[in-house]
Amino acid sequence: MENQNILQLFKNIVPPCDFWSLRLVDDSEETLCVREHVVQPPTMSRSYGAHITIMQGRGMGYAATNELTQAGLTNAIKRALNWCEISSHNNILDISKIMRPKKSGSYQSQVTKPWVQLDLNDKIQLLQDINKHLKIHDCIVDWQADLTYRRTEMLFATSDDIEINQQFYYITPGYQAVANKDSQTQFRTGGGWGTSRQGGLEQLLSFDFPASANQVAEDAIALVDAQECPEDTMSLLLMPNQMMLQIHESIGHPLELDRILGDERNYAGTSFVTADMFGEYQYGSELLNVTSNAILAEELASYAFDDEGTPSEQQYVIQNGKLLRPLGGVMSQIRANLPGVANARACDWNRPAIDRMANLNVVAGDSTFTELVASIENGVLMDSNKSWSIDDSRNKFQFGCEFARIIKNGTLKQVVRNPNYRGISANFWQSLSAVGDDSTFEVWGTPYCGKGEPNQMIHVGHASPACVFDQVDVFGGV
Amino acid sequence: MESYFRELSHKIFSHLHGGEILLINYQAEESDFCRFNQNKIRQAGHVQQQNVQMELICDQKQCVAKFDLSGNLSWDVELAKEYLTIQRQQLIVIPQDPFLHYANELYNSEKISENVLPNTEDAIDHINRTAKNLDLVGIFASGALHNGFANSLGQFNWQTNYSFNFDWSVYLQQDKAVKQNYAGNVWQNELIQQKIEFAKETLPILSQKEKSIRPGKYRIYLTSVALQELFELLNWGGFGEKSHQTAQTPLLKMKTEGLELNSNISITENFSTGFSPRFTKQGFKLPASVSLIKNGKFDNCLANSRSAKEFDTKVNCNIEHPCSMEMSNGDLSMDNVLQELDTGVFISNLWYCNYSDRNNCRMTGMTRFACMWVENGIPIAPLSVMRFDESLLNLLGEKLQAVTVEREHILDASTYHARSNTSWSLPGILVDDFTFTL
Repeated sequence: MENQNILQLFKNIVPPCDFWSLRLVDDSEETLCVREHVVQPPTMSRSYGAHITIMQGRGMGYAATNELTQAGLTNAIKRALNWCEISSHNNILDISKIMRPKKSGSYQSQVTKPWVQLDLNDKIQLLQDINKHLKIHDCIVDWQADLTYRRTEMLFATSDDIEINQQFYYITPGYQAVANKDSQTQFRTGGGWGTSRQGGLEQLLSFDFPASANQVAEDAIALVDAQECPEDTMSLLLMPNQMMLQIHESIGHPLELDRILGDERNYAGTSFVTADMFGEYQYGSELLNVTSNAILAEELASYAFDDEGTPSEQQYVIQNGKLLRPLGGVMSQIRANLPGVANARACDWNRPAIDRMANLNVVAGDSTFTELVASIENGVLMDSNKSWSIDDSRNKFQFGCEFARIIKNGTLKQVVRNPNYRGISANFWQSLSAVGDDSTFEVWGTPYCGKGEPNQMIHVGHASPACVFDQVDVFGGV
Repeated sequence: MESYFRELSHKIFSHLHGGEILLINYQAEESDFCRFNQNKIRQAGHVQQQNVQMELICDQKQCVAKFDLSGNLSWDVELAKEYLTIQRQQLIVIPQDPFLHYANELYNSEKISENVLPNTEDAIDHINRTAKNLDLVGIFASGALHNGFANSLGQFNWQTNYSFNFDWSVYLQQDKAVKQNYAGNVWQNELIQQKIEFAKETLPILSQKEKSIRPGKYRIYLTSVALQELFELLNWGGFGEKSHQTAQTPLLKMKTEGLELNSNISITENFSTGFSPRFTKQGFKLPASVSLIKNGKFDNCLANSRSAKEFDTKVNCNIEHPCSMEMSNGDLSMDNVLQELDTGVFISNLWYCNYSDRNNCRMTGMTRFACMWVENGIPIAPLSVMRFDESLLNLLGEKLQAVTVEREHILDASTYHARSNTSWSLPGILVDDFTFTL
């Protein structure tokens, strides 16, 4: 049944109430994988359902169903109305203050090479070729390549005749080589595991897919034979695909307004950032500029409207190191009496919208990669995240990477394995000493950001140049 | 739900061509979710979802299609037919699969638990009244979970569980809180009262001035809930047949060097006491239990149907990740834990664990909620959050001092995509020389 038919059916049966919204999500995915030259069973999936929100009096409730029949929608409306009644006695939200969506519109991902342009046989052949380039030595004990396509069509409509249609296309390529000698196993992935972009098959070139497969395997072998990363306090050069994780965990999450408001304290955690710090607090060195935006078409969380119907626009979250605004949608903005961004998002039709960072990017500076390396007397370059851990206030962190190289006297030296570093968010960004220019700037993203009760896994985008941090505690394994 | 799945699967099977075999897995939930902050309702709603996964097999090839069901039989059958058409086209292109593996011996089963769930509105009202004037934050989830399997060879399996899971924290201020959980299928108002009363009694202790400790080695007690956090990480590749065969397991040293844990440690995947289905997605019947670690030595891996074929072993799990893990108990009474800890850290909860060095099973993570500094067996002050970095092989090996007699049965509160069926039965452990780093 098409979205418009379901919307019409819903309008015919929804009883009069103060406000309703209907979010229909049709989400399809196809995944292909070749492991150790064996084609794994191709999988395809489709999730299609409705999320209904109703406000009545002082109450607000939702119901989600994939029974998109008259009976299914009628039952869901009853459930949502029942929750309105229950919540009206003890609601944390002042429903009367909630600003309703005012603008209709549409959005579509930019795709120049659609998924269907390459037939199934060619896609499998592509993954087989990568497998051949990964298995280059006996010590490569496991290897695989995969490719996932996702299409999400969303209709958001309200009782005020607002209608928003958005259509997204995503591509997630990945490959991995695992090398082992005795009790030492190391792996290397093509750009990190699960990295994705918005768009079509044309995006594969940006991931060096499949060109870097051979290098990935060589790196895995080099890591098995490498020395452990030294334990020292030194300069740290983070490449953009580790900056992705650093931005995500120690800027994105602490600035999410629902965490600051305490909604997440039982699960994802709280924040060391408090409401009074916005406009006042020096989050990082003056080189730090961070935006929340939907400008880069290929970035994962670019969209025209969030899932509460708020139009997206670029905002500086941190400028010249100063903290300006949190990452919170309309409802959180009203509760906190703070500005925010359009980032109320839900992972699917079966979950309500909550504050989620979307695209959160570090603005490029003016140093070339060569200049960044040359600026370091004693340090280490780290690339591609493999371990992440941070406290529930998003302050004390420890991150590990797949790959690292020592830097001595401005020159890249030997590969080292099990590179880790730890620090405290509130201090770490103050130690940002150099920011790479546009030539080092890369767009990354992940589909695996977890948060919320009930839990939600959602995609986020992070673009960044390479960056240098001073006086960081670095260490290795064993 | 069961009758709908029976009828739907029969109709889909009637559209198969000669030589085709179809495996269908069914999943559904009907859940109430109510989220609290400051003992008020933050977000509340109901989720009803059902889907099937069809594995079409022909000529030693297979492909998978998963889709949501509308609940309208004729629509759902038509949708299934459309997917079968696409799958047949895929089977023409893809090569034969050497690791295709599904059950040929028919095994039918039905397990439906009794629905004695509380009325959600009454439960929420009781929570709000009991936690009056407290800063309670968390989630109440309740409802039915259904799992089914049918294949075109004639097998049919069904499981329905009714359960609730109330997972919450009572906050004092900032990051100081008592974390609690109440899960099961029979709701008792008195138990909620007792638990929240315990939280009220604990909050004054958390109001003491925080104790900050320097990085270093400390004697600690890990509650069963804290230990669960470590096992959640370990289970990520720790026991899978594939991760062992490809040297990716964090227990690599137990495999390659014969390293052993403390001989009192035994770990079992106990399907018979867990909540996850006893049938796999390929129709295999699971054993009652699988011994993973026995008296400190690695015993068995968990092998799904694909790995079992690839590595020539028996199918003994659905996913290569424990879902009903049990650890053997010891001889330390819970009543004596503080006395035996003497001076050190009582760790109520851990958080956000990950590997520092996977080859050595070295993990890092954070303390969270009501962790206490204890002196001479008396809780003195709440601990400022600390980062640890320690090998689980040491924790359950040379650094292990004692294991509690009592074990806690923990139902996973996780709700990614749908409510979880995972559970643990774990004791607490007393450990020496535990390393804090930040």
